[in-house]
Amino acid sequence: MSRARLRLALLAALGAAAALAGGCSTASAVRVHPWERATLADVAMNPDRDPVGTAMNEHVYFSREAASGGRGVGGSGCGCN
Amino acid sequence: MVAPRACFRWLGIAVSAAALSAGLPAQVAPGGAFPALAGAGLDGGPLPATEGKVVLVDFWASWCAPCKASFPAYSRLQSAYADRGLVVVAVSVDEDASACAAFVARLRPSFATVRDPGHRLVGAVRVPTMPTSYLVDRSGKVRFVHAGFHGEQTMRELRAEIEALLGEGQAGP
Repeated sequence: MSRARLRLALLAALGAAAALAGGCSTASAVRVHPWERATLADVAMNPDRDPVGTAMNEHVYFSREAASGGRGVGGSGCGCN
Repeated sequence: MVAPRACFRWLGIAVSAAALSAGLPAQVAPGGAFPALAGAGLDGGPLPATEGKVVLVDFWASWCAPCKASFPAYSRLQSAYADRGLVVVAVSVDEDASACAAFVARLRPSFATVRDPGHRLVGAVRVPTMPTSYLVDRSGKVRFVHAGFHGEQTMRELRAEIEALLGEGQAGP
């Protein structure tokens, strides 16, 4: 590769890196500060806030979909364990 | 020919420059001045006199679980050290004024509580986590920062620091 081409490639890489870093740190990116987390701290944001309800939903899911074990339960649904 | 090592060096410089150009204000840290509470647009009762006092400024919220544990502890600090010159000011970052009021009514702290409705003060201080407390000496300089509230460990550290700052004596007339 010629020296001029290599320099061009280097400049392009630098430009891409700068744009990437700038884009990640500007106001356009969503940044939730620690003092803005009221909604995230709400109990409704916890997907496992009701273990009994979750267990029931899982039961309905695997019964209807024949998907026992499909969500991380031990075993793969092969019936061997 | 440009060496690959030089490429990586320039790449690192470019990324660092881009990150710095974001222009984020720095967090208030030990050694820096704490922003003035008066004029920060705080809601709530009158601010206590803080001039020449050791001030513990606590940023809290009604949705923050450790804040519930910290309030009784800070009430004990206020009771123990108020006569020697400690002032505790708790600044709520709640957007919901009624949630803030309910929290205060339930825990009934012995220290001043105010609310930062526009997040002007907390945005200037840029707390690293919730809650965070700042121990400010008699000259208005931040001396200690406590990110989070860790029960007895935080209290042990705070007592030692408050004793030290109170022992530094009154500011000049």
